[in-house]
Parts: sequence; C-alpha cells; structure tokens
Amino acid sequence: MSLVSATALLQTAFELGLISSLTVLALFLSYSMLNVCDLSTDGCFTLGASVGAVVAISGHPYLSIVAAMLAGIASGFITAILQTKMGVDSLLAGIIVNTALYSINIAAMGNSSLLNMNKTETVFTKMKTLLADTFLEKQSVLIVSLIAVVLVILFLSLFLKTKLGLAIRATGNNPDMVRSSSINPAFTTIIGLCVSNAFTGLSGCLLAQSQKSVNIDIGTGMVTVALASLLIGGVFMRKGKITAKAIGVVIGAIVFRLVYTVALRFNMPASMLKLVSSVIVIIAISGPYLKSKYPEFKRRLDHNKARRAA
Amino acid sequence: MLEITNITKTFNPDTVNAKLALDNLSLSVKDGDFISIIGANGAGKSTLFNAIAGDFITDTGSIVLDGEDITLIPSHKRAKVIGRLFQDPMRGSAPGMSIEENLALAAGKGGWLSKINKKDKEEFRQRLSLLNMGLEDRMQQPVGLLSGGQRQALTLMMATYTPPKLLLLDEHTAALDPSTAEKVLELTTKIVEENHLTCLMITHNMQSALDLGNRTVMMDKGTVIFDVEGEERAKLGVSDLLEQFKLSAGKALDNDRMLLT
Repeated sequence: MSLVSATALLQTAFELGLISSLTVLALFLSYSMLNVCDLSTDGCFTLGASVGAVVAISGHPYLSIVAAMLAGIASGFITAILQTKMGVDSLLAGIIVNTALYSINIAAMGNSSLLNMNKTETVFTKMKTLLADTFLEKQSVLIVSLIAVVLVILFLSLFLKTKLGLAIRATGNNPDMVRSSSINPAFTTIIGLCVSNAFTGLSGCLLAQSQKSVNIDIGTGMVTVALASLLIGGVFMRKGKITAKAIGVVIGAIVFRLVYTVALRFNMPASMLKLVSSVIVIIAISGPYLKSKYPEFKRRLDHNKARRAA
Repeated sequence: MLEITNITKTFNPDTVNAKLALDNLSLSVKDGDFISIIGANGAGKSTLFNAIAGDFITDTGSIVLDGEDITLIPSHKRAKVIGRLFQDPMRGSAPGMSIEENLALAAGKGGWLSKINKKDKEEFRQRLSLLNMGLEDRMQQPVGLLSGGQRQALTLMMATYTPPKLLLLDEHTAALDPSTAEKVLELTTKIVEENHLTCLMITHNMQSALDLGNRTVMMDKGTVIFDVEGEERAKLGVSDLLEQFKLSAGKALDNDRMLLT
C-alpha cells in the first residue's frame, strides 16, 4: 500500500469518525448520563440526513443544519413524551418512534428512498470554496466536522455543569433524589432526549452532505455502531471530568473507524461493519460481567476435579 | 400546620390482593411538633408518609399543609416544603455525582442555567463542616464512595438545606450501625431544634419513641389508635406503651424489628 493511499484511508477514517462521533456524543448524553437507551437513534439519524438534504437541495446549506437539528429535537421530544407521560416503556418508545420515522423519512424525501446531492451546495462545498487555493483545500470535510465536534463538546461541558445539566445527570443516577430536589424527572428526561437527538440529527445531516447523497438506510445500525464507539471511548477515559470523558468518546469513535478501515484493507466485506460493531458491543458489555463470574466458574471446576480425584 | 382529614388508600382495589392501607385516617399536627410514630408491621406508617409526600394521591380525604391544600399536588412540587429521609441511605443522593453537585441540586438556588460558583462552594463547605465528618474536604468525590452513615448525614443536610415546613423521617437510622445511628440521630435533633422544624419520625425503637420529640402516635390497620403528648406521655414507659397497644388494637404489638429497650 502506498503512502498516499494510506493517508487517504486515514483521512476517511478520521472524517467518518468525527461525523459519527456526534451521534456517539448524543448517546453519551442519553445512555451514559440519562440512563435511557434511545433506540430511535437510527431513525433520527436518517431523519437528520433526509431533512438536511431536502433543505440543502432547495438551496439553503446553512439552514439545513438548523433544520436537521430541529427535526432531531422533535423526534426526541416524541420519544420522551411516550416514556414519561404516556406509560410506554423507554426501550419500546424508541423502537416505536424508529419505526414511525421510516415513513416520515420517505415522506420527507418526497416519496423517494434516495436523494442525490452531487450538484448541491452543502456546508462542505461552502467550506471548500472558502479554503480554495490554500493547503487545506482538500480538508474541508475534516474541518467542518471538527468544528461541529468541538462546538458540541463545548456545549456539553458547559451544559452539564448548569443546574439543568446536573438535574439531567441525577435523573439517570437516582430519580428519587431528583424528585426530592423539587425537580420533575419527566421534565429533565424530555430536555435530555431533545438535546441528544438534536446531535443525532446533526450527525446524520453532515454524513449525508459529506457523501453527497442520502438513502433510507443511512442510519441503519447506527445505534450499535455508536454504542460500540461509546464503550471503546470509555476505555480511554474511565474517570475524569465531563469534558475529558466527551473527548474520550470522540477518540472512541475515531478508533472504531480506524479499526474498521484496517479490517477493510484485509478484504473484509464492507457489509461486515454491523456485525463487527455488534460483537464489540457484546464484548464491551458482557466482558466485565463474565470476568466477575470467572471466580465462580473456577471454583466449580476445582470442586468437580477434587470430587473426581476422591 | 398539617391537617390530615379522613384519608383512605386501597392498593389493588377490586382484586383479591386489595389492601386497605390507610383507613379514614385523621391527624392534626401543630407547628413545631416532633411526633414519633410507632406500630406493627404493615400498620401503614410508611404509607402515611408516602401519602403526605405525594407518592400517590389518596382515594378520599384531604391533606392541608400550612394553609395550602396539597391533596392533589405532585410529589416533586410538595418536595419544596417537605423534606424526607428513608431507611435506605442510598435513596437520598445520586451516587455517581460529587458531594458538591448533590448539594447544588438540593440547595435549588438559581435558574436552570446557573452554575456552582465560589460563594456556593464556600457555603457548602461551611454547612458540611457542621456534620463533623470531614466531608468538607471531599466535596469533589462521588457520593457513592461515602459510608452509609455519611450518606444519611449528607441526605439529612440536603433535605433540610432550605428548612422545610415538614420533615418526614422513615426509620432513617435503622440501617446504620448503633454508634453511627446515634450520631445521625443527634444531628437530626440538633437540626430540628435549630430550625424549629415540624417533624414526623417513624421508629421501631420504643424507648427513643418516648425520649424524642413531644408527642407519640401509635398506628394499626391504617389508622391512628393512640395519640399521647405532654405530662401523660412523660409518665409512660415502654411497657405502658405495649400495654396500651394491646388495649387499643386488641392484640400484642408484633414488629420483627421492634426494640424494647
């Protein structure tokens, strides 16, 4: 492999890692902080992508970002209302919204499952024009996604230190305590899911625009990929302040893409991505569990051996 | 101060598991009262607290606190004026967050977007030092690292940070070892006295039911069967209480955690 193609691969991994890390940061808020596993993530990612694409195609590249985030907020709001006010289990609420979003997304794309943005002005082409004739010309995707990630991390580290942010964290930690602090946990859950889904929508919007196309499957499996990245990120920043943890989460997303890119070089078919991410999630979640069970397993083994010997 | 009038609560109504947990219960609490509540297992003591705090809405009757009808108010709104401690020291604080962050939520000052500032930290530090547990030097540590006694003391401080109109203590020292329990109880009486709090305390310790506070209420089958204060109470001993229970409830007092000394 030549040096040029290696750097190109590396760059793609970084770009994809940064863009998808926005979804990982969304799960950092909903899964790690609020303790809600938001299964509407796939649909919301596609929603951001399709709404963003439609607005961009109609000639508003900057507005597309805002629209995608607002669409995400709306989706998160509905997921949150279902679980806090209408008695739907939180996992089920995510699945229901995810299913409903399939129809919404097709409708948003004008009853089509594919939109092309080859000739559309996007935030990336805008950045490319801005950087024309500088050495950064080819880095427009990297720069735009880096700006987005830095802004989101900045927002999260400020937001989670406010009283509202503390209340959201406490809701995932001990909802009883939130209630006794005169705060309604339903309220904090709603705000938390709105914010996290705004990031998921943003993530989808940026991925679609960087690929210059969106199809209805763009978000499929995103929740597992993002969870895998989140759990990898946790390995880097086990302890520390929120900002450090958020940066760890982004590193996790990039490492995940790097590993995946390397695997592709070894002729792994691209369709294996979802299997790999599922396996990573399984290892990350059940690994510690199985490790804690090992002494018991060993005890059984020794006990049976001793009995056989006797 | 607190007027509870004819409240009733049936759990699982219209099923074979229907349980009348509160039966037409009335209780009038005066400003500054410190009432100890005793009773057998399943007498409805905790259910009474849950009704006052708003975990559920009662089937009948009304609850009026300091002139305000709170019968239908949701629990998180009642929490503004009602502080509460449970037997489980883990229930009152968020283990994954630091002492400082827990206190900031309990203090409830500032708007949604306000942050903990230097002045707040100084105030938290000064308040924590009153507990004499060295917590003021551990403000950045997660609450999950504290012992049960430390957590219960912290919860007590959080519940009374802004003095509530009513403090509910549901066997809040029962899960602690004897010396820690004593310390937490000392703290409790100190805080209650200093802030002139009106307080209801469930206890299974018959002696402290008589020693603490100014009034003792005995419950059975979801209602108040004996209510004593003043001179009459001062003359009572533990054996008199047991006798009284037998007289009012028509059976011996049966509580598997009851301490008679």
